[in-house]
Amino acid sequence: MARRAGTIAALFVLSLIAVPIGAVIWTAGGIAGLSAADWAAFRFTIWQALVSAGLSVLLAIPVARALARRRFRGRAALITLLGAPFVLPVIVAVMGLVSIFGRSGLVNTVLAGIGLPPVTIYGPQGVILAHVFFNLPLAVRMLVHGWLAIPAERFRVAAQLGQPVGRLLEWPMLRRTVPGVFVVIFLVCTTSFAVALILGGGPRATTLELAIYQAVRFEFDLGGAATLALIQLGVCVLAMAALIVVEAPDALGAGLDRTVERWDGSPRLDGLVMALAALFLILPLAAIILSGLPGLQQVPVSVYAAAGRSVIVALASMTLCMLLAVSIVTHGQNWPRVVATLPLSVTALVLGTGLFIVVFPFLRPSSVALPVTALMNALFALPFAVRILSTARDDAEAQFGRLADGLALSGWARMRVLILPRIRRPLGFAAGLAAALSMGDLGVITLFASGGQETLPLAMFRLMAAYQMEAAAGAAVLLVALSLGVFWLFDRGGRVGAGA
Amino acid sequence: MALALENLKIALDGFELAADLTVKGGGFIVLLGPSGAGKSTVLNAVAGFVPVASGSVRWNGTRIDNLPPGKRPVATLFQDNNLFPHLSVARNIALALTARARPTANETRQVDEALARVGLGEMGARMPGTLSGGQQSRAALARVLLQDKPLVLLDEPFSALGPGQRREMLALCRDVLGGAGRTVLFVSHDPEDAAQADAISVVIDGTVSPPRPAAEVLEDPASPLRSYLGK
Repeated sequence: MARRAGTIAALFVLSLIAVPIGAVIWTAGGIAGLSAADWAAFRFTIWQALVSAGLSVLLAIPVARALARRRFRGRAALITLLGAPFVLPVIVAVMGLVSIFGRSGLVNTVLAGIGLPPVTIYGPQGVILAHVFFNLPLAVRMLVHGWLAIPAERFRVAAQLGQPVGRLLEWPMLRRTVPGVFVVIFLVCTTSFAVALILGGGPRATTLELAIYQAVRFEFDLGGAATLALIQLGVCVLAMAALIVVEAPDALGAGLDRTVERWDGSPRLDGLVMALAALFLILPLAAIILSGLPGLQQVPVSVYAAAGRSVIVALASMTLCMLLAVSIVTHGQNWPRVVATLPLSVTALVLGTGLFIVVFPFLRPSSVALPVTALMNALFALPFAVRILSTARDDAEAQFGRLADGLALSGWARMRVLILPRIRRPLGFAAGLAAALSMGDLGVITLFASGGQETLPLAMFRLMAAYQMEAAAGAAVLLVALSLGVFWLFDRGGRVGAGA
Repeated sequence: MALALENLKIALDGFELAADLTVKGGGFIVLLGPSGAGKSTVLNAVAGFVPVASGSVRWNGTRIDNLPPGKRPVATLFQDNNLFPHLSVARNIALALTARARPTANETRQVDEALARVGLGEMGARMPGTLSGGQQSRAALARVLLQDKPLVLLDEPFSALGPGQRREMLALCRDVLGGAGRTVLFVSHDPEDAAQADAISVVIDGTVSPPRPAAEVLEDPASPLRSYLGK
């Protein structure tokens, strides 16, 4: 039974990717039809991803080293903060950055006070700043795992020998780890849409994803959008291939609560590095909360309706994602798990364009905006859910599989008695992550939705575009509360009674 | 009743094991030998956890090596992880009778009786993590009793217990399993454990010899076993 369900789930995932990509390939014109603006979007996509990944990794190295070697009060809170960008809606974080670095933000207020010209967050620098904001914590988490993987005895030996830890232990570790971290972030930045939508645009700061959106929504040039989608797909596939070569580091794994015992470095310098990193992450979030709470009163009723739709989409997406993930991880063979990683090599806008092309001749795309969004959100949360559940399921089978075999527990009985209780905690975490990712999604919905189907992130984006910043800040608070709320609810649900 | 390993050959990661023997039903037989000799591999082959390269495993003349583990007439007590830690002791034992979440009144009564037989009468509601090592072994033994399988394999399930508790558990096994007419194959590398058996089958370097009376083997061990026993 488990095997059949896993096969069906994997084939479903495969079709959800293959059909839209088939439509994109079928519709795409030759690259000769691309305009100068399209090529500029391609160049900007690559350039900003290289710079964002480079900066994120460079800044993350001292933070990760400080975090790996210092034990201090508040360390657990800092680690939690580093996980926040995973579940924080992109649009909320971007609005927070605007509150700090925008025209009337904190930074420009300080600059004006000391007589310096203002900086602008809109344009390439804003896109890169936002990408560093999102990816610095990711890079830190991955690099800390690298530090913690060095056996404690080696630090002791280095200390006893009076040898420099940096050259002896850290440099070889970084040489192994950094390429993987860089490629992961490069991949994330090439697929970024919401950041470019809000902070980018124009001839200097349009990404391929944004160009696809503009081709569909403003020019209704499906052929052009398909060609751009194909180029975007090529970029992602190449980045994924690079990731296979350099080996992806661990970002979701636990165990960051440990520290390595060290006798080198300055505690004060480490403290300063961590304080600056924490400030960079906390300030935008604090600004949103402070400006958003009063703004809640100005939130129009339509935003609450959008919030209701977002919750329904998130629950549907989470349920589908969990059904697919559990079916795939319990299949018993590896190929469904490989299929489950495929969404990492495509983007929501690429698949969205393909689905738009498929749906358009038969249906009004806006009439299926919410189901398609739920479907796509489930698909894009799937690689994370499968990754999280695989370890727990494999551990349960390794520890108790023979016992279950001996008791003739198979099919649903095995699932109920052995698998589900053993994966309950990661299942709750994965469900929370899937629901939170869906709550904050601002991708496919922008292609499909018209007035009546907007989700909360889209409603918030439209308030920002209409310069109703106070109402938008109120919507942001609502969105943060709902995203963190659904995450907490499911994560907590998985933990209750799962202590054994 | 008899267990027959006929020209059995197992090949695992460069390790090869050969066995050709018959074990009469109803006895308490120890597989004795040093670590890495292949004792657990024999049990795993009988239970269906490792593939058989050639030969056959028969129970009462019927071939069983082509059956999945749950369909074989075999119950196993492993070295550890014998109980699901997320289920109560009673639920763990009830799995021998049913996979349903709520056992029937009759099944509950059988569980209680089995618990009483191994001296855990009041502990059905407890979680395995709250039991001592010896109590966990008793709980697992209670489930084996209910499994209604004529052949019981003990893969060093008491190795984590102290010498006194280990003797006590072996005596309990002899009592409750022997009393129920089960055939027990017990893996051990300890001659003291082996002394409690009816017969000993010596396993050395992947070769399993036919069982001989325990006293005979321990008094006059074959030459490869002599140095292992320190004689």
